[in-house]
Amino acid sequence: MADNFTFIIDGTEIPARQGQTILKAADEAGIYIPRLCNKDGLEPYGACRVCTVLVNGRPQSACTQPAQPGIIVENDTEELTEMRKQLIEMLFVEGNHFCMFCEKSGNCELQALGYRLGIAAPRFPFMFPQRELDATHPEVFVDRNRCILCGRCVRASRDQDGKNVFQFTGRGIKKRISVNATSRLADTELKSADKAVAACPVGSILKKGVGYAVPIGERIYDHKPIGSDIESKAK
Amino acid sequence: MSNDLSAAVKEICLQHNNDRIYLMDILRKVQVDHGSVSDEAIDAIADAVSIPRVEVESTATFYAFLSKEKKGKIVIRLCNDIIDRLAGVDVVAKAFKEELGVDFGETTADGLITLEYTPCIGMSDQAPAALVNDEVITYLSSDKAREIVRTLKKTGDPKKLVSRLGDGNNASPLVNSMVHNNIRKKGDVIFADYPDGAGLKKALTMSPVEVINEVTNARLRGRGGAGFPAGMKWQFTRAAEDPEKYIICNADEGEPGTFKDRVLLTDYPERLFEGMTIAGYAIGAQQGILYLRAEYAYLSNLLENVLAKKRKDGVLGKAILGKKAFDFDIRIQFGAGAYVCGEETALISSCEGSRGDPKNRPPFPAQKGFMGHPTCVNNVETYVAVVRLIDMGAAWFTSIGSKGSSGTKLLSISGDCHAPGVYEYPFGITIKQLLQDVGAEDAKAVQIGGPSGQMIGKEDFNRTICYDDLATGGSVMIFGADRNILEVADYFMEFFIEESCGYCTPCRVGNVLLKGYLERVMNGQAEEADLEVMKSLARTVKTTSRCGLGQTSPNPILTTLAKFYPEYTKLLKTSKDGFKPSFNIQEVLQESQSITGRKSVHFS
Repeated sequence: MADNFTFIIDGTEIPARQGQTILKAADEAGIYIPRLCNKDGLEPYGACRVCTVLVNGRPQSACTQPAQPGIIVENDTEELTEMRKQLIEMLFVEGNHFCMFCEKSGNCELQALGYRLGIAAPRFPFMFPQRELDATHPEVFVDRNRCILCGRCVRASRDQDGKNVFQFTGRGIKKRISVNATSRLADTELKSADKAVAACPVGSILKKGVGYAVPIGERIYDHKPIGSDIESKAK
Repeated sequence: MSNDLSAAVKEICLQHNNDRIYLMDILRKVQVDHGSVSDEAIDAIADAVSIPRVEVESTATFYAFLSKEKKGKIVIRLCNDIIDRLAGVDVVAKAFKEELGVDFGETTADGLITLEYTPCIGMSDQAPAALVNDEVITYLSSDKAREIVRTLKKTGDPKKLVSRLGDGNNASPLVNSMVHNNIRKKGDVIFADYPDGAGLKKALTMSPVEVINEVTNARLRGRGGAGFPAGMKWQFTRAAEDPEKYIICNADEGEPGTFKDRVLLTDYPERLFEGMTIAGYAIGAQQGILYLRAEYAYLSNLLENVLAKKRKDGVLGKAILGKKAFDFDIRIQFGAGAYVCGEETALISSCEGSRGDPKNRPPFPAQKGFMGHPTCVNNVETYVAVVRLIDMGAAWFTSIGSKGSSGTKLLSISGDCHAPGVYEYPFGITIKQLLQDVGAEDAKAVQIGGPSGQMIGKEDFNRTICYDDLATGGSVMIFGADRNILEVADYFMEFFIEESCGYCTPCRVGNVLLKGYLERVMNGQAEEADLEVMKSLARTVKTTSRCGLGQTSPNPILTTLAKFYPEYTKLLKTSKDGFKPSFNIQEVLQESQSITGRKSVHFS
């Protein structure tokens, strides 16, 4: 296979390199494919399914699927957008998300995707689960109510911090993020400067004491929708 | 006391070389010996095996047969699959509860007996059935349930429950179980009468590539359900550069209503291991793994015995049948109660001692499977079919069955019929013929391929079992005229919710939502628009889920909506006042009314 090749996303021919995922190639070409569990520098995970695209008609997660010469990828279609909306709505109703009281508001990728995709309110009934909050650590707290099980903290802690502070326990709808201690975050090696803390896309893992250092209105997604940085690279 | 536990757990780890790869075996042993995998045990394992404790906890909390909470010395797992429900599991459950004085999920005060429900244990042809530790108790009734509890209280020994022995190897002292094979129809491939060893002998006169070509030319497709061409899978695995290769047999028969692999494992294990050995030769693998579901633990002595005999006979081990440079052996890896581990990449995760999460593909197992090495995973029946196929040749094999589907298929038939059991048919058999053979002419609906398959009604009974029409891994469940189709679909959704690994959003959350909408319909609170939401949601779950479980989990709803639409519409509520019938104001107000101590003036 050639090292450099092209493929098509929504009718546009874009360049790609051998070993690149569809998502990476799209990013470089300035085409935004919505995503949540994917983060630059972390191993692709394929859990949130928000980046689902059709590759030659077959659904695949763009974050894990390698780009191939000549493939036809559908991304920004009505059908896929509707599915992505439903996935985001599922994440909203599965947990207990209250944007109006959440200090991550404006910096939250889940909220930002909700706005970008045009979700006014989830159509599905809320599940209102009972989930635990862990505020034992002096610098960081974990609120499982807002966790979307994206696994970014798991990967960041393991692969970037070299600590394995986080891992999933349980399965199905009872799956939860757990910490590498009998129960308390305070008993782990976590430090507030760890990549695992910064990796959280929502308000589930937060540093204490800095919640409103950047005021509402001046936050990442307050002025430009999520994905704008990628789209600004388009030629 | 606590030091004792820690020391005992560490001893178990040591017996497994403190090797993470055996984490499943370690956890199972700890559970059986100590009644739980407690926080303390987790710490001890993490210490001995040198992995983070949260990794151990992650695996331990994934499997239904492992628990952090202390279980009784004896665990009664009553199968509450749909077929058992049809067979009257409710009265059995009531008898167990009354006799034990505890509810499901609870343990008797003396710590002796825990009572639990479990999904399909592969005994749908002799339902209702239960597992009492590893013993299988079949054809349960309320009287039997009471007797079981009394015997257990008196003896404390589940082995004392086995009364009349089953047929075939079930009666062997190595198995000693009441299970019946219920082989109702023998065909020319799987249940054919032929001597063991002929397939392997012939294979070893051929080159590995010739063996693969034979399998390819026979157009053998995977018998587990997905139907991937076996020859192609073998070819890919052989072609992978890494010389360290693995053969895995998927004996995690978890699809509700399937039990044909149970029969093969019981009475034809020689053929299964012979088939795996042929695959090992063809692919260039040195090691085979039989991934066996924990529900079939009662077969482990028998299977180990067959493996030992094969090693003695020189058909497993070094230089098999004198063929230099062909070393191949097989070990058994137990699961611990997780349907998703029937998915091949989840099965590999489990073999590696991890949560049964499916893996991202690519890379495919043929390139990077078990521990990163090329791995070929096939179903029990596929390996057994290979033995006969090699012995008789591809031309013979393709002369059986239908055009696109050669050979025969084992069907596990259960539900409302006179003769439930295992039937071997050539591909192409019509549903009508099959219903006639099993004594179920008045069937209203047939579920083909288990919950992940499809439900069909009378208008489809002329269709055929084959890969191009009604594909199935073997499960055929029959529902009579009086059965409530929506109840069946609802149970299937419950099953998928329970068995979802939770890795991806659509399967983890979408199925819970789908079941909620279905219940709305069943409770007479749904309107037509809800059916549209269900269809749309089902499409999203099917399209965006990461593995086969999620991609098929909405099928109970989608296929019943397609084939039994009136069953839904007759329950729909039309709203006269324009309010949503799904919104129950009384229910919503209940809590505030109880707090304030008075009824709402407006909504009374």
